[in-house]
Amino acid sequence: MIPTTRRGRVGALAAAVTCSLALAACGGGGSDDAATEAPTKLGKNEGQVSILAWPGYVEDGSNDPDADWVTDFEKETGCKVTSKVYGTSDEAFNLAKSGDYDVVAASGDLTLRMVAAKAAAEVNTDLVPNYAKVFDFLKDQEWNTVDGKNYGVPHGYGANLLMYNSDVVKDEPTSWDVVFDKGAQYKGKVTAYDSPIYIADAAMYLMAKQPELKIENPYALDEKQLAAAVDLLKEQRANVGEYWSDYLKEASAFKTGDSVVGTTWQVIANTIDQDNVKTTVPEEGVTGWNDTWMIAAKAKHPNCAYAWLNHIEDPETNAQATEYFGESPNSEEACEFASEGFCETYHAGDKAYSDKIWYWRTPIEQCLDGRTDVTCTDYSDWTKAWTEIKG
Amino acid sequence: MTQPNAPVVAAPSPSGAGAATRRASSFLATRPRLRLGLLLSAPLTWLVLVYVVALAALLVTALWSVDAFTGEIVRGLTLDNLREVATESLYRTVTLRTLGVAALVTVIDVAIALPIAFSMAKVASPRARRMLVVAVLTPLWASYLVKAFAWRSLLSEGGLVDWVLDPFGAHSPGYGLTAVVMTQAYIWLPYVILPIFAGMERVPDALLEAAGDLGASAGTTVRTVVMPLLLPAIVAGSIFSFSLTLGDYISVNIVGGANQMLGNLVYTNVGAANNLPLAAAIALVPIVIMLGYLAAVRRTGALDNL
Repeated sequence: MIPTTRRGRVGALAAAVTCSLALAACGGGGSDDAATEAPTKLGKNEGQVSILAWPGYVEDGSNDPDADWVTDFEKETGCKVTSKVYGTSDEAFNLAKSGDYDVVAASGDLTLRMVAAKAAAEVNTDLVPNYAKVFDFLKDQEWNTVDGKNYGVPHGYGANLLMYNSDVVKDEPTSWDVVFDKGAQYKGKVTAYDSPIYIADAAMYLMAKQPELKIENPYALDEKQLAAAVDLLKEQRANVGEYWSDYLKEASAFKTGDSVVGTTWQVIANTIDQDNVKTTVPEEGVTGWNDTWMIAAKAKHPNCAYAWLNHIEDPETNAQATEYFGESPNSEEACEFASEGFCETYHAGDKAYSDKIWYWRTPIEQCLDGRTDVTCTDYSDWTKAWTEIKG
Repeated sequence: MTQPNAPVVAAPSPSGAGAATRRASSFLATRPRLRLGLLLSAPLTWLVLVYVVALAALLVTALWSVDAFTGEIVRGLTLDNLREVATESLYRTVTLRTLGVAALVTVIDVAIALPIAFSMAKVASPRARRMLVVAVLTPLWASYLVKAFAWRSLLSEGGLVDWVLDPFGAHSPGYGLTAVVMTQAYIWLPYVILPIFAGMERVPDALLEAAGDLGASAGTTVRTVVMPLLLPAIVAGSIFSFSLTLGDYISVNIVGGANQMLGNLVYTNVGAANNLPLAAAIALVPIVIMLGYLAAVRRTGALDNL
């Protein structure tokens, strides 16, 4: 009896091992170091390119006839563009790893994860002629350059603003307290961005309101500081009507009045296009994004990918794309193509203003603010905290 | 039997292939168990591949973990995910919430389906019955998403529900669990009506008349004659509404406000948190619940009514 049972177990174990090996063979696309080496010259265009980007970054005129910077590109280069829109950096990370995309528009909380996961290829900026025109303060930054290697070219930068419905929120809010400490007066109508990275917004608010927590950087939180931010967000949860990650969902909620105050992107306010829906920059400052066009390590169409990078860095295209989204363009020359006053509104090229925005970063154990006496909470802690906050 | 047949079959095909086929068939003719085994092996292989391997893969995935920074799956076995799902209060809360919503949707659907199924099966003329079946099926032709978004706009501030309730001084419940229950009850209703209608059709009219002749009131007839005969059909319908609600995450996203159900936790762990192993562990919860539910209702004979 005993030998039989044991053989049975061994057999079952062998079956399980084979199964997991088979799965490993299916699921795990081995990372190929050779692929991350940047090319030194380009070949012939492959005829197509697939792009993963934030909404409004790759427009071919089908959403808005005036917003079209894809058709010309396709005609000039012969690269047919297919694009997919994502709602959060986490979603983008998953999609990018699938290997189905050649080019990814990534914010600062995604770029380093892409590099660490070997999902991004090193970029030879000499092959992107328009890169020369980009503002210097956007180049060689910690979110696009690792160990002296460049992993992408800047797109533009912007802020997560406070949007409010002026029929309900009568006075222009000057502080984020309307969504935190004073949120109860808009109970059920407050909205917030549905991603762990939103914890940084709470941390930034606490930087100003509770200096005793000594938060220096909203992306570098030790356990105590994270707990404080989580408590604040749990209080906020009682007043939140719904969280948004789909920008059209937030637009519809603000149009109907189901949401009246909360965090937003300028492009959402532009989509709503109603006089009573306004945006503002509160006194505690803003979190924001500084986006990078990256090339996937497993890109099937690298030449068309470089062609797209050069096209989107072209000042005229960049002006169109950033103006459509509502963010600052990446070069002085782009301002000549943008509409009157656009670059002033978005503080294009204003390094001092740009320095004030807390650009999205991936929180890691090593504190980003330079503290060495504590370990900071990393993104998986944030993710767990975020699920708890939503309850 | 064999003697008159044998020369007829053998004569036209003396070739090798025909002979082999004949040999095989005569070999199988005397071995019924082997015949059955061969017949069943193809569908069984398919079943094992599609269901058992998929479930086993889910279970194995639940035992893996994820590298926090790179998001790569680490294929070392650990019970951490299962322990987390079993012990963290978050998962308990969400599981209870999901169970509550699923139960409420089921109760509402059965309550609505019973009178509709009764009038379809016992009251309506054959012509009207056909029309009613078509009417019940019609909503299934529209996409799930369209229906869920329709409820979003119905329930929105100043939407149709608000407008109708306004004269009575009431308001739309807004987005939240109430909205989820309403939407789900609406979407799964046809799946509950159809099995109950089928069960109701099988209740002999003679029994209803006999109950009446013996002096039973309408209520007594329903309680003592119709319901016992109908119970398996009702349970069959409830399996649909219960299991479909248990796994849903889309309508919660659309009309659920800030609430989450089990499906959302799976979705965020796959889509946002990039933690496939934890998602697999959470996905086991509704599977376990459904297995328990099916085991409990097996004795009612409901499974024969699906």
